[in-house]
Amino acid sequence: MAILVSKKVTKRFGGLEAVSKVDLEIREHSIYSIIGPNGAGKTTFFNCVTGFYTPEEGEILFKGRNITGLSTDRVTRLGISRTYQNIRLFKNMTTVENILVGMHPHLKSGLLGGIFRDRRTREEEKAAVEEASRLLTFINLKGKGDLLAKNLPYGEQRRLEIGRALGSKPSLLLLDEPTAGMNPSETQDMVSFIRRLRDELGITVLLIEHQMRVVMSISEQISVLDFGVKIAEGTPQEIQKNPHVVEAYLGRGAASGLGQALTAD
Amino acid sequence: MKNKSSYWAKTLQNGLIGGGISLLLSVVGLVLAFGKTYIISGVLTMAQVFVLAPFLFEATQSIRQLPSKEPIKTLLVGGLTGLLGGAVLALFILINNFINIRSVLINVSPDLVNLLTFHLPLVAGLLALLGISLVVGLVAAGVFMLPDRIRGALSQAVMVVVLVGLFRDLIVTVILHWGWVQYAFLWIFAQSGLTIISALLLFALVGGLGYWSAGRNRKAIAANRTPRQQKVVRWGTLGVLGLIALLLPAILGSYFSEILDNVGIYILMGLGLNIVVGFAGLLDLGYVAFYAIGAYTLGMLTTSEAVGLLHLSFWVALPVALVVAVAAGVILGLPILRLRGDYLAIVTLGFGEIIRIVVLSDWLKPLLGGSEGIQRIGKPAIGGLVLANQQQLYYLILVCILIAGFIAIRLKDSHLGRSWMALREDEDVAEAMGINKVTTKLLAFAMGALFSGLGGVLFATKVGSIYPQSFSFIVSINILSLIIVGGMGSIPGVFVGGLALVGLPLLLSQFADFRYLIYGAVLVIMMLRKPEGLAPEARRRLELHEDDAGPGLQEELQTVTKNPGR
Repeated sequence: MAILVSKKVTKRFGGLEAVSKVDLEIREHSIYSIIGPNGAGKTTFFNCVTGFYTPEEGEILFKGRNITGLSTDRVTRLGISRTYQNIRLFKNMTTVENILVGMHPHLKSGLLGGIFRDRRTREEEKAAVEEASRLLTFINLKGKGDLLAKNLPYGEQRRLEIGRALGSKPSLLLLDEPTAGMNPSETQDMVSFIRRLRDELGITVLLIEHQMRVVMSISEQISVLDFGVKIAEGTPQEIQKNPHVVEAYLGRGAASGLGQALTAD
Repeated sequence: MKNKSSYWAKTLQNGLIGGGISLLLSVVGLVLAFGKTYIISGVLTMAQVFVLAPFLFEATQSIRQLPSKEPIKTLLVGGLTGLLGGAVLALFILINNFINIRSVLINVSPDLVNLLTFHLPLVAGLLALLGISLVVGLVAAGVFMLPDRIRGALSQAVMVVVLVGLFRDLIVTVILHWGWVQYAFLWIFAQSGLTIISALLLFALVGGLGYWSAGRNRKAIAANRTPRQQKVVRWGTLGVLGLIALLLPAILGSYFSEILDNVGIYILMGLGLNIVVGFAGLLDLGYVAFYAIGAYTLGMLTTSEAVGLLHLSFWVALPVALVVAVAAGVILGLPILRLRGDYLAIVTLGFGEIIRIVVLSDWLKPLLGGSEGIQRIGKPAIGGLVLANQQQLYYLILVCILIAGFIAIRLKDSHLGRSWMALREDEDVAEAMGINKVTTKLLAFAMGALFSGLGGVLFATKVGSIYPQSFSFIVSINILSLIIVGGMGSIPGVFVGGLALVGLPLLLSQFADFRYLIYGAVLVIMMLRKPEGLAPEARRRLELHEDDAGPGLQEELQTVTKNPGR
């Protein structure tokens, strides 16, 4: 069953069509990758899904419900959460606090609860901190909960960003280049971590990724964007054999060395 | 060696800077103005402190950067720095002898020259100046070579003696309120400054205390306490602070109580603006608007004059004024809270001005009194007791501060507080976490308006009559400055900032015309040295509770929060 469907989604900036009539269908519990050269419109597509941008045309269905044009916070409440290409943590807040902010959709206490700290608020807060500490263990940051986010090493910041996204208990997680800037062994850890998200938590993962080794080993389905247009879709094997893809990456006439170019990162 | 040349160059530089500062203080007239203000009666004037203190400071700076602590080199560098400083002044006096500098810098009078040359003939005076500068540099070097503990105690003692001597008049004003107790203290002071004996006693007392407390390992003592003892210590400290807070008006007398009330109102509004700016990161430059709305609503409702609306009592009008202020906050907030940073600042700035101009307008004159303001505003009464004077109003303000402080502390560590912080850190991401930008910001804005309105109410009832001039833009800026000086987002910082920014000008009234010069210099130095504020905020620990975190982690956290630039 498809958890996310995009139908002819188009997003324009002035005269430029950053995303042009993109159709996607993402099965529940799958790991789905979007690849493409720089400026192909991948992140713009993410922004359309999360409600940060409203597409000019087309619609986006999440679990069968039309979410086109909903505000970011409402989309998150429905169960979509994301990370960013350049890490965007709340730098001056601690690790636990970052996760607690991520859990926002499930916390109900407001102004009066905050001031008077009634029993319900206290219990909610206690449960939230416990849940956050479970998540800390899951992302392997136990014991670092009270450090400021900006003082964590790079790899841990990446994991914390995912941990924060998990706080809202999403059913669909959008990861924007989670292995950017990582060395091969860190990348390997991240790949198995992403698998755990799907296998242990049952989350559908939509991934933007540049490292072909990662994409080919982890994805069940891949879409290729080029200049905002979807030029190919299929399993890793199909994508590796698709001449359009090689052309997009290496230019016209380079189709002969396709296999090596895409499997070597 | 590169190092060698660099510290001689540094010494030269420091010497010239020291001389430059002394020269500047002399030329602006500060030195001459304090020529007769004694720190220690008949021995040391404030003018001499102003001239020589820069040498002392710069000599210490020169010595600090030395790679080793060889006595001879230390003395040489210290002495040279002092001498260079003296030379700058001497050269200036010499030039003045040939060219009439006074035609440009009016403060360079014969009196100043006499003061700088110790009332000696020119050549002898210059030599004396150079000699004393050299001695000051050597003293700095000598003190530096003492063990840390003695040096710390010495500098504390000198500092206290100078401050007590300088602020003699203020201290005496306070002491005169103490009935017979005053005679236990008045003997300390001479007609100007301290007497020699009391200066020596004070020096010995403070120095001794400093030496003793530096010898105690406070951390070890604190660590040795059982949780029960810690609790006792904590509540004990709170109790003593509370008692002092209760007795302050009686100790300080009515003049200082009024200033205390002003500080209190600023702190109250600071607590509110801290929620808006410090917690939620919304730069509100029109905070004065809600202050004006609170004050005018109370004025309109309670004044006994004909323009008044209903002639209500203070306690009935108070909630109405607060509701009006909060409603104004929400009405203003709804359209503008979608704006970001700079735009928000501009719009709120405009709103503040609009309110002031509306109040001043002829159109609303029948209601608000225009430039004549509203007089005879109602005072609060408890039972039959009318809180009319400054000392009584102090307690009302204190209660309001306690409530505001409690709310601010609770909110800071709440779910809502975290949402505000997230919005402050990164608005887009906070929204992507499911936080509703507009309602969350609106809550911060409304809380700010509430405390600002309350501040206005207290102000109106305190002064009894309000005029549009009292609600100018500068009020917003003052409150913002006190938050920045105290430390953005920090609740103790609001108190520290309030005392520093509203209290400091009071202390500086000693300096008359030079008040704003010094005020500005202090602010600049403070921001350069401690940009995170005087009492920066600390993040709460959630994962590990205070009792099971090792000392290592605690220290790490403290250093982490103290260096926001990292």
